[in-house]
Formats: sequence, structure tokens, C-alpha cells
Amino acid sequence: MEIVLAIMIGILYAAGIYMILRRSLVKLILGIIILGNGANLLIFLLGRITKGSPPIIPGDLKIFEAAYADPIPQALILTAIVISFGLQSFAIILIKRAYKVVKTDDLDEMNAIDQDS
Amino acid sequence: MTQQLVLYPLLLQLFLSIILMFSWKRISWQRVISILGGILNLGVSIWLFAYIWENGTQTVQAGNWEAPFGITFVADTLAVTLVLLTSISGVAVSAFSASSIIPARLKFGYFPIFHFLLLGLIGAFLTGDIFNLYVWFEIIIISSFVLITLGGEKAQLEGAVKYFTLNILASMIFLTAIAVLYGLTGSLNMADLSIKVAAIENRGLVEITAILFLVAFGIKAAVFPLYFWLPASYHTPPSAVSAIFGGLLTKVGVYALIRVFTLIFVGDVFMQDTILVMAILTLISGGLGALIQTNLRKVFSYLIICHIGYMIIGLGMYTEVAIAGTIFYLIHDIVVKTNLFMVGGLIYRIKGTNNIKSLGGLYAEYPRLSLLFAIPLFSLVGIPPLSGFWPKLSLLTAGFNDQSWWAIGAILFASLITLVIIAKVWSNVVWKDKVELPKRLNFRYFENLNKTRKIQLVAPIVFLSIISLYIGFGAEHVQQLSTRVAGELMDNQQYIDAVFKTGQNLKP
Repeated sequence: MEIVLAIMIGILYAAGIYMILRRSLVKLILGIIILGNGANLLIFLLGRITKGSPPIIPGDLKIFEAAYADPIPQALILTAIVISFGLQSFAIILIKRAYKVVKTDDLDEMNAIDQDS
Repeated sequence: MTQQLVLYPLLLQLFLSIILMFSWKRISWQRVISILGGILNLGVSIWLFAYIWENGTQTVQAGNWEAPFGITFVADTLAVTLVLLTSISGVAVSAFSASSIIPARLKFGYFPIFHFLLLGLIGAFLTGDIFNLYVWFEIIIISSFVLITLGGEKAQLEGAVKYFTLNILASMIFLTAIAVLYGLTGSLNMADLSIKVAAIENRGLVEITAILFLVAFGIKAAVFPLYFWLPASYHTPPSAVSAIFGGLLTKVGVYALIRVFTLIFVGDVFMQDTILVMAILTLISGGLGALIQTNLRKVFSYLIICHIGYMIIGLGMYTEVAIAGTIFYLIHDIVVKTNLFMVGGLIYRIKGTNNIKSLGGLYAEYPRLSLLFAIPLFSLVGIPPLSGFWPKLSLLTAGFNDQSWWAIGAILFASLITLVIIAKVWSNVVWKDKVELPKRLNFRYFENLNKTRKIQLVAPIVFLSIISLYIGFGAEHVQQLSTRVAGELMDNQQYIDAVFKTGQNLKP
């Protein structure tokens, strides 16, 4: 299970970075989204995967007796997902505005700011 | 009353943003609330600073969950110094924005977002939890995205796309680094991490994590190979926005680097050498970049990069004297860079252009303002006894102690280049004969503004110049502060004790 996840995270990171390096704005956003998903899965994987033992102490015990799933990575992922969702929606509006104003989605042509003003 | 004192600046900023959101369309209220709130926040920050100065590091455990289980807020001397500087810059930029940002922009929530940005900055300085630091960084970047795009001009949007992409990439790398660090140690509390990372046997993995942190914060701080987003975007938004960005946003990256590499990844010679090399190249490339620019604000943008090198170089040398120099430079730089962009904004307001070649004759028209501009400009170069001189002295001393000749060479070279650039700016903008410019329609020139607006534009520059002068002439006090911070940073046991001891005291 871990090895499959590890390979998948690798693919997501690679695909994300590849998409960010493309010139199109839409692919840039897709790249950021994919990269974000890769990072979330990485937190999930590195928090150690424990199957079928939720972190709930049975009523008659004071402490955990067996290994239990760590709830913190899931809380972290939830936070990261919410944040990246906000950022992505901002990004989509931004590229829509940029496309309307600059009239191109090619990053190489967005170079007006590099000229002297 | 004082137990939660650490959180007051944070809560005040949050409260201010919420109040400002309720007066969304009432711009004149927003101006007053923002400035008064900024002054109040300055008062609270001075109180916090004085309290920490007297009583040492204080911590607050969120929800009384003892460390390392809950989120800790730690106010050590470095954190409160930066909170104080944030408040100083914040109130100055509030007043400057009230007059320089056009009402159309203010109507779309400039002030609430501005205070959210300050909230994020203060939070990032005070938190003692690495994931919480990530969250504060996200608050900072989302506020900065809004501020940089507010107005939606073509140049702004182009700059924003680059700014957005690189900053979000930095956040992803930061998140990856946190994931790996959590996998290695199972902890997120920075004091706890400090203990646990030191005990890890697999040093290779620790080094890779450290490099991930270095790249993530390096992009935020704009160090050598990672700074290209900065000159592409910082000159596009209104100058009040550039002022707060230039003064504080890159510095929060520097702060994070200082915190992580003095607390968590300590004593790694390879990392220190890497930081040193990056710093030297930052100093040289930033300086050379500024030399060829003709847009005033782009010159200042490259100078930000150049001077980030001074802060990182002390971290690379990693001795107490060097760190003291770094901290002193950080204090000096936040004030001066904020002021510099406001000066740039005021020159733009007077002349209607940013191009150095078409500017000129400022001394003939506004002699007193020109003398005022001399203070931040020459503080930046560090002509003794102005404020930029003293930290360089510490850094050079540290360089001689270490015998790192490359570092000394880079420091002197960057100083020289800065001097050349400032001399060029000064002679072109202030001394050169006036160049006749076509009058721009619908442009609010400085001379046509009413008296209140003029005062709102000039007063913040005067205020920050006085602080710059204090840093220069009262260097003894600032040096004392920097040495104390450096002592605390080098001996991180103090930080760890402060975090865990409070945890025991709060036990029911």
C-alpha cells in the first residue's frame, strides 16, 4: 500500500511541476492543483498508515493499548485542502482577469512589466 | 491581564479587520479606524516589547493544551522586536495609504485586507508551531495577492501571475518539508522539533528536509537563485502596497530562515556554507541588477534583494557577532525599505512618473522634502552615523573573526554598489535640472492636494525617518537588543525551556 502511494505521490509531483513549467495559464493552475494534491497525500503517507484502528479509546480504558491511526496528519490535510481550495479559486479568477486584460494565455507574452516605463 | 498579553497584537488586528469590513463602503471611516487602530496597535506592541524585555520569553498555549500537543505562541525577544517593527511600519503605511490609494481601490476593501496582512505577519512572528507558521504564511500570501491585484491594471495582473505562482510553489515546498519533518519526528512544535531533530540518526534525511525549508523560505525571502518573481511584481501595485511588501514580506521569509536554522537544523556545516554562498551571490546579483534599472521602483526592488543578502550572510557565518549583525540589519532594513517605497510613491505623486531619466529638479521645487528623502536614502547606504553602517560593522567583524574573505568582499562590494546607485538616484532625481513633463490628465498631483492629504503623505515618511535616525544615533541601544536576541538564538535551550516550563505551570 505504502509503495503504491509513494509512486503515486511521485507521479503527482512530477506532473504538477511539468504543468507549472508549461506556458499556458490554464495548465499552470492545473499544475498547482496537482502539486497540492501530491503534497496532501505525502502528509497522509508520512503520518504512517494504520488500517482499521481509529484513535478512539474504548470506554473502559484510560489509554490506548494497541497501535492507533494518528489523527494529526488528517487534521493537517484538512487545513491544507481548505487553504489550497481558497487559493485555487482565487487563481482561477486571476487568470480569467489576466486573460481578459492581457488578451493572451501565453506566459511568454506577459512581458510588458519588464519593459521600461 | 498580562497572561495573554502575547496574543493582544494578534487579536487587535483581527478585530480591526472585522470592524473595517463592517464599514465597507464608508471610506472616510475606514481611514480613521485604520490609522487610530494602527496607533493603538503600536501602543500594545510597545507594551508587549517592554514586558518581554523585563521578564524574558513568554509563551501562551492555545486552549491550555500543554506543549507539544497544542499550538504554542512564543514571544521571545526576536519575535516581539519584529512585532514592534510590523506595528511601526503598519501605522506609517496606514496613514500613507489613506491619502495615496485612490478611493476606487479603497472601496474594494483595501484596509480590511491590509489589516489581515498585518495579522498574518504578527501571527507568523509569534507562533511556535511549524504548521501554524504555514497557516500564517497562507494568510499573508492570500492578503498580498488581493493587495497586489486590487485595481486590476494590466501590469498589476501580469506581475500578480508571477508573484502568485512562485509564492504558491514556495508554500507547496514548505508543506512538503513539514510533511517530511512530521514523518521523521511526529511533532510540529518547534521547541519539541529542536530536541527531536537533534536525536535523529539518519542525518541525510534531515539534511534534505533542511534543504526543502531553505528553498521554500528562500523563495519568500528572495535570495539568489530564487528571487526573479520580486523585480517582476513589486513595482506594479500602488506604492503604499509596495512599501508594506518591501518592508515586511521578504523579511518574514528571512525571519523563518533565522528561526528554522537556529532552532531546528542547528550546526550543519554544509547548510551554513550553502547559505553563505547564496548570500554572497544575492548581494552581488541584486546590486548589479539595480545598477541597470531606470524605473525608480525597480531600482528599489533590486535593492531589496541585494540587502536580503546582508541578513542571510550573518546566518551563514553563524557566530554570535554575525547573528547580532543580521538582527540589527533586519531592524534597520524593515524601517528603511518601507520608507524608501513611500518616498518613491511621493516622488511619483509629485512628478507623475517613475522613470529616473525624466525626473529631476526636486531640490529646486521642494528643498525641505529633498532633505527629508536624504535620510532614508543615505541610511540605506550606511554612511556613518546613519543606521545602515552599524550592522555592517558587526558583519565585517564576524567575517574577520571567521576569516571568510569572500563574505567580506561581497559585503563591501554590495555597499559600494548601493552607494553608486543611491548617488545616481540622488543626482538624477534631486539635483538634475528639471525635465519638462507633459501634464497628465486625471492625475492627482501633490501640489493640487489639500493640506490634510499632504500631511498624510509626508508625516509617515517623517515618522519612519526619525526612527531611522534613532537606529543610527542610538545604535548602542539597538546593538544591545541585537546582541540579546543573538544570545537567545544561539542558546536555543532558553526557547525550549520557555515553551515546556509554561506547560508544566499550567497543569491543573
